[in-house]
Amino acid sequence: MDDNARRDYWRRNLRLMAVLLTIWALVSYGAGIVFVDALNSLTFIGFPLGFWFAQQGSIIVFVVLIAVYVWRMDKLDDEFGVGETESEVHHP
Amino acid sequence: MTDIQLWTLVFAVITFSIYIGIAYRSRVSDTAGFYVAGGGIPAYANGAAIAADWMSAASFISLAGIVAFAGNGYAGSVYLMGWTGGYVLLALLLAPYLRKFGKYTIPDFVGDRYNETARLVAVVAAIVVSFVYVAGQMAGVGLVFTRFLNVNTTTGVVIGMAIVFFYAVLGGMKGITWTQVAQYTVLIIAYLIPAVAVSAKVTGVPLPQIGFGRILDELNGLQQDLGFAQYTEAFTQTSRMNMVLITAALMFGTAGLPHVIVRFYTAKSVRAARFSALWALFFISLLYTTAPSVAAFSKLQIINDVSGKSLADMPGWFNTWAQVGLISGPKAADGSLPPVTDLNGDGVINFTGATSQTANELFINNDIIVLASPEIGGLPAPIVGLVAAGALAAALSTASGLLLVISSSVANDVYYKKINPAASEKQQLLVGRIAMGAAIVVAGYLGINPPGFVAQVVALAFGLAAASFFPVLVLGIFWKNCTAKGAMWGMITGLVVTMAYMVWTIDIYGNSDGIWGIPETGFGTVGMIINFVVTIAVSQFTEKPSPIMQELVEEIRYPGRTKLVAAHLKGEELH
Repeated sequence: MDDNARRDYWRRNLRLMAVLLTIWALVSYGAGIVFVDALNSLTFIGFPLGFWFAQQGSIIVFVVLIAVYVWRMDKLDDEFGVGETESEVHHP
Repeated sequence: MTDIQLWTLVFAVITFSIYIGIAYRSRVSDTAGFYVAGGGIPAYANGAAIAADWMSAASFISLAGIVAFAGNGYAGSVYLMGWTGGYVLLALLLAPYLRKFGKYTIPDFVGDRYNETARLVAVVAAIVVSFVYVAGQMAGVGLVFTRFLNVNTTTGVVIGMAIVFFYAVLGGMKGITWTQVAQYTVLIIAYLIPAVAVSAKVTGVPLPQIGFGRILDELNGLQQDLGFAQYTEAFTQTSRMNMVLITAALMFGTAGLPHVIVRFYTAKSVRAARFSALWALFFISLLYTTAPSVAAFSKLQIINDVSGKSLADMPGWFNTWAQVGLISGPKAADGSLPPVTDLNGDGVINFTGATSQTANELFINNDIIVLASPEIGGLPAPIVGLVAAGALAAALSTASGLLLVISSSVANDVYYKKINPAASEKQQLLVGRIAMGAAIVVAGYLGINPPGFVAQVVALAFGLAAASFFPVLVLGIFWKNCTAKGAMWGMITGLVVTMAYMVWTIDIYGNSDGIWGIPETGFGTVGMIINFVVTIAVSQFTEKPSPIMQELVEEIRYPGRTKLVAAHLKGEELH
C-alpha cells in the first residue's frame, strides 16, 4: 500500500469502528440502563423489553457487531490487496 | 458412596484423563511454543480456548446465583453486559493490532512501544492481577471437591494443582490451549443440559433463552407477595449512574486483562485474531445468555419449594447444602451465618423481603445455584456429576491461563529482558517452567487458605485493569504521538487513584461511602478517565516518540508483512 491507500484504508476502518461502537453503547448503556424504564412498558416474547436488552439482547447484539466487523474488514483487506488466507501464519 | 458421588468421580476421572492425554501430545520445546503456542492456533480453537480461559469458576458457579439473589434480577445485568461487552472493545480496538505487533506479553508491548520503566509498571500490575484471580479459581476447585466427593478442601486443591502442574509445565501455552478447548466443551455441555431440561420441564420450551420469558410474570408476582421488589424492575438496588459505572468498569477491565489479551498473540495472523475474538464471544454468549435463565428458573423453584415450608418438609438438596453452611439463616450482627431456624416459631421457614411484615429466616449463598440446579430441578445423578466436572473444567482452565501470564512475565519480561539478556532458549524455558511451578504452589496455598478479601478483590481486579492498561494500550495504537512519559504517568495515576479509592471505600478497610456514592466496583471507570486525561496531557509536554517508532505504530494498523514489524520481531532495537 502507498501512503494514499494507507490513509484511505485507515479512514474507512475508523468509520466502521465508530458506527459499531455507537451501536454497542446504544444497546448496553442506552437500552439496557438509561432508557430501561421506558422500554420496560413494551413486551417482547414475554420479557419487558428493557430487561430483555439488559440480560439477552445486548449480548446477542455484541456477537453480531463483531461478526459484521470481521466481515467488513475482510472485504476491506481484499480491496486493498492485504487480505490474509486461512492457512497463513505471520511472524511465527 | 452415594450415586451423586459415584457419577462425579466417574466424570472427574474421565475428563482429567482427557486433559492429561491432550497435554502430553502437545508438549513443547521452544519459548515461542511455551509463551504463545508458536502463534499457530486456528481461530475457532483459539476462540474456544479464550472462552474457557475467560469463563472462570465465578462465571460457571457464581454468575447465575449473583443475578438471582445478590442482584435480585435486574441489578445482576451489570455482570452479563460487562463481561461480554468488553469483547467488542477487544475485537475492534486491540486484538488485530496487538497481534500484528507480535511478541509474547502485555509488558512486551508496553516496554517496546514506550520504555523500560513502563514495562516494569506493567509487569507488576500483570502479576498482581493474575495472582488475585488465580486464588479464587483454586478455592472453586476446593468447593467442588468438598461438596461432591466428600474429601477435604486441601486434598481437592492438591489434586487440582497436580493436574494443572502436569499440563501447564509440560505443554506451556500449546498444552494449555488445546486442553482449554476440551475444557470449554465439557463446561458448556455441563451448563446447557440442566438448563435445557429445566426449561423444557417447566415451560415446555427447550430453549432456556425463550422459556425464561414465560415465567417472569409468575416470578414477579411471587417476589412481590414475599415483599421483594419485582425481578425485572430496574434500579431497586443499584442507581442508574452506578449501573453505568460498574458495567463500564467491567467492560473496559475485560479489554485490559493480561490473560485475555495474551490470547490474541496465539492466533495465526491479524485476520485470525479478529476471528478469534468473534468465536470467543460467540462461545461465551452461549453460557452468558443461559445464565440469567438459570437464575430465574432456580429462583422460582426455590421460592416454590422452600418458602413457607416447615424444616421437616424441606427437599433433599436443601439439607445437603445446609450441612456445608451455604444455606443458612440471615446474617447475624457479627457477620456470621447461623443454621436455618424457625425464628418466629410459626412452624415454617419464611423467605421474605424488605417490605414484608414477617422477618426473613433464610439466606442462600450465590455459589450453590448452578451446582444445585440439577437437584433442584429433579434431574438424575449423572447430570449432577457432569455439572461438577464442568465446574472443575471452568476453574482449572482459567487457573492455567493465569499461571501462564505469571510465568511468562517472570521468564520473559524479568529474567530475559532484565537479568540475563544472553539467556539461551533452553535457559528461558527452564526459568519459565520453574516460575510456573512456583506460581502453582503459591496459588494452591492461597486456594487452601483464601485471604478473607479474595472475593471482593477479584471484582476489583477489573477496575484496576481498566484504570491501568486499557488507556495506554489504545492510545499506543491509535495515537502516534503518545509518549513514554505520558503512558507511564497515566498508568501510575490511574492505578494509584483507583487503589486508594478502593481501600477507602471497601467494607473491610475504610468502609466510607466515597464520593457521590460511587461503589468501589464502579470507580475503575473514573480511574480510566483520569488515566486518559493524564496520558494525553503529559504527552503534550514530553519528548515525542522517535520517527521510527511512529512509523512502527503506523505499520501495525495494516495486515500483512511489513518491514519494521518484521525487524522488531527479530529483536532489532527500534527506539
